[in-house]
Amino acid sequence: MGEQVARRAPSVVPQEAELLELAEHVVRLARRGGADAADVLLDSGTEFSVTVRRGQVEKLLEASSRGLGLRVFRGGRCALAYTSDLAPAALAAFVERTLDLAAVADPDPCAGLPEPAAWAPPQPTDLAIDDPQLPQVTAEQKIELARRCEEAAFAFDPRVTNSDGATFSSEYGVRVLVNSAGFAGAYRASGCSLVMEAVVDDAAGKKRNAHWYTAARAFQDLEPPEAVGRRAAERALRQLGARKVATQTVPVVWDPLAGRAFLAHLARAMTGDALYRRATFLLDQEGREVASPLVTLIDDATLRGGLRSRPFDGEGATSRRNEVVVQGVFRGFLLDTYSARKTGRQTTANAVRGVGSAPSPGTTNFYLAAGPSRPEEIIASVDRGLYVTDTMGFGWNLTTGDFSQGAAGLWIERGEFAYPVSEINISGNLKAMLRDIDMVGNDLEFRSATAAPTFRIARLVVSGL
Amino acid sequence: MDTTPVVGAPPRAEAFFATQFGIDVPVLEDLLACALSRGGDYADLYFEYRQTNSLLLEEQAVKRAAGGVLQGVGIRVIAGEATGYAYTEDFSRESMRQAALTAARIAAYGQAPGPIDMTPLGLANHYPILRPATEARAAEKLALLRRADQAARAYDPSIVRVVASLVDELRYVLIATSEGRLAGDVQPMLRFSVQCLSERGRSRQTAVAGGGGRYGLEYFEAHPPEALAREAARQAVLLHAAVEAPAGTFPVVLGAGDSGILLHEAVGHGLEADFNRKRTSNYTDRVGQPVASPLCTVVDDATIANSRGSINVDDEGQPAGRNVLIANGILQGYMQDRISARHFGVAPSGNGRRESFKHLPMPRMTNTYLLPGDAAPEDIVRAVKKGLYCVAYSGGQVNISNGDFVFSVSEAYLIEDGKITAPVRNVTLIGNGPETLSKVTMVGHDFRLSDGRWTCGKDGQSVPVGVGMPTVLVSEITVGGTKL
Repeated sequence: MGEQVARRAPSVVPQEAELLELAEHVVRLARRGGADAADVLLDSGTEFSVTVRRGQVEKLLEASSRGLGLRVFRGGRCALAYTSDLAPAALAAFVERTLDLAAVADPDPCAGLPEPAAWAPPQPTDLAIDDPQLPQVTAEQKIELARRCEEAAFAFDPRVTNSDGATFSSEYGVRVLVNSAGFAGAYRASGCSLVMEAVVDDAAGKKRNAHWYTAARAFQDLEPPEAVGRRAAERALRQLGARKVATQTVPVVWDPLAGRAFLAHLARAMTGDALYRRATFLLDQEGREVASPLVTLIDDATLRGGLRSRPFDGEGATSRRNEVVVQGVFRGFLLDTYSARKTGRQTTANAVRGVGSAPSPGTTNFYLAAGPSRPEEIIASVDRGLYVTDTMGFGWNLTTGDFSQGAAGLWIERGEFAYPVSEINISGNLKAMLRDIDMVGNDLEFRSATAAPTFRIARLVVSGL
Repeated sequence: MDTTPVVGAPPRAEAFFATQFGIDVPVLEDLLACALSRGGDYADLYFEYRQTNSLLLEEQAVKRAAGGVLQGVGIRVIAGEATGYAYTEDFSRESMRQAALTAARIAAYGQAPGPIDMTPLGLANHYPILRPATEARAAEKLALLRRADQAARAYDPSIVRVVASLVDELRYVLIATSEGRLAGDVQPMLRFSVQCLSERGRSRQTAVAGGGGRYGLEYFEAHPPEALAREAARQAVLLHAAVEAPAGTFPVVLGAGDSGILLHEAVGHGLEADFNRKRTSNYTDRVGQPVASPLCTVVDDATIANSRGSINVDDEGQPAGRNVLIANGILQGYMQDRISARHFGVAPSGNGRRESFKHLPMPRMTNTYLLPGDAAPEDIVRAVKKGLYCVAYSGGQVNISNGDFVFSVSEAYLIEDGKITAPVRNVTLIGNGPETLSKVTMVGHDFRLSDGRWTCGKDGQSVPVGVGMPTVLVSEITVGGTKL
């Protein structure tokens, strides 16, 4: 199917003005009902996804949705509620219920909206996060991209015998935030991605699988589908015949995909709620050297075209670029308003929020800055060690820094890939691991919002046979 | 364990949707007709209305009270092997018809089926509740949180911070299919969680404990909040004394209860029929073959009274049941949804589940467990000269295609000369599903179901599940540690 299906472009999302007016109305209702302060987050958008598997459209989803989240403060007491029923009568009752809910909470001197100073700086313009062309791309075009992507994986090598499908997804929407202290903001954002999962047969009924993907704000910035398909196939094939290795301590080289997962976990130790809950190994480490001088970590919500760039955060604070670690020195935590007040700091505009959730500090575009080394040099530097491509599991203790994860990848002998490995584990402590980063690659690219170039940790325990 | 279904009419979701939103049988028939207006072999509607409340206590104060309603309908059209899906949060006729027409676009061929005759399903109720949490006063729930907070801090002076939360949910679902199936269910859920921070000098340790299930507030009569709080406090305090975990391959004793996540990861996911239909599981084509030690019988059972993973009916309208997946080591069959069941030519097993009306159903586990054997748990520990005893976990993950899994262990001890000795920290178990299950050499008689706290993620969809097992000895498994 596919070719025969007649389609129109996804329905256009509502205009910002209309949503702003609705959000302002709800804030007014909350104030009138007795709230000292309130804010309203409104998300409205469309989503599309199609999976092509073995040449056929397997599933196709298309929907538009909207949701409203209300936060009220009453005598320092905070309540939060969400709804998707935006009819006027329903909204009035919703606001009343939310106000009642606040009576349940205890007063908290740190609860409240950000200081107006947080949204005083001009918002970044020209973020390039809204691709007006994306809603014009037809379903046929998207199906075709997925089809070409999967075909390229199959064509890459006859040993690619199966696929979990190629999936094209896109979303387009408007976000509106209004608070009772004078902030009103809105922006449009788009996103699209193409993901391929290739499967190859190994000995004894085992399969090897690997995925690869491209993601961007703008449709035209996606990589060619064939390149994605081929790369997925290549990554699955290189795992054929994977085995365990003996237990030993070796240097570990992180490929950018494994490296980004590492950074995503690490970032949770660098947020304000881990700080005020004293649940981070970085407690009392601000201003100190916590990593090798090769390590610079940046969180930049203003990155042009960045997958998590936005003009303001989940509380209205103007987006900015935060230096978290500079040449090994820990500059400070990523904060929202609450964690900032709680710890006597200022918000860093890192409030992440959905309509159904409370704001909490989190990363935007978070990355390990590129270093001087070519990735081939890093691999060649290892006499015997692991090149890790995948990690698994929940072995992150952010309070103590203890780290232990399942891993798969390629074994390095005398500076070259020798054979694939799987079903092994890597362990260490993050305090030492950050100091042991002794090579950083020059191959940083923003395939995802959290990104890392290739890097090397001088020593980790590999558990195996 | 109680696996006897409690017979009795569950509260009527059908009546709820009809009276609240005017969604009655003629509306359902009209929407199904829209969904199949361009052809297609099959269509179904999944209505959901979910009310959630949550309370968070931190630093002895209620930090936040939250609530919300999620409502909408997901409409699916199947044409051949292709599925079209659309959803809307708006229960107006116009919006729902629009969603049905959107889903219908997948169907480029096929015959429109004849008129639909809706037959409501009679269902057993596996989660009778006495005191619905969604209707309880906030003050009553707060008292539970305060009791937990006090008990945790009273456990040990080193407990300096406690975060306690209570989330309750009531979910009305209504499923109508073009084959005339009509099923409704009302699904309660309760989740209680306590997190403790223990500080001793420069050593800081955190631990979490929790429980719940498809209960009302009567849950706390048998599971006092103090007990869960002390459990979190105990684990946090214990970690100060924990030694580095050994690295390498050792015999491992998996304690009764939570270790059931081993089954969930090591075999459960690989036995979900979609992976086998697509031939991407390492259990593909292995029905009838040995896939585990003869000591292993693995069951997926949606009918355990009030368990977190229990369902009266799956999200495709199939009554849920008890399915034996592996009997004495031999693979019996897979967990099916509608699409897979038709592919394999078998009856759906009641495992078609979804996160919400925004998601397509797929084969998912309910409560997955290993049946008890006859060994005494103390004999199992005694049989190990040098190894590990694992009790509590922070999570597990599996790669379906090759069967490689990991478990992150939050409470474990060394076993030395048949005795449980020092607690160890930072332990990961890593192995391969079929290989590990073939190395199960002893199975205890002490079966335990985990207190409900597990959520399973697959393809970006989260669903609540239950796990359980007796004490088990695995003769060798790779332990990811730091001590060589």
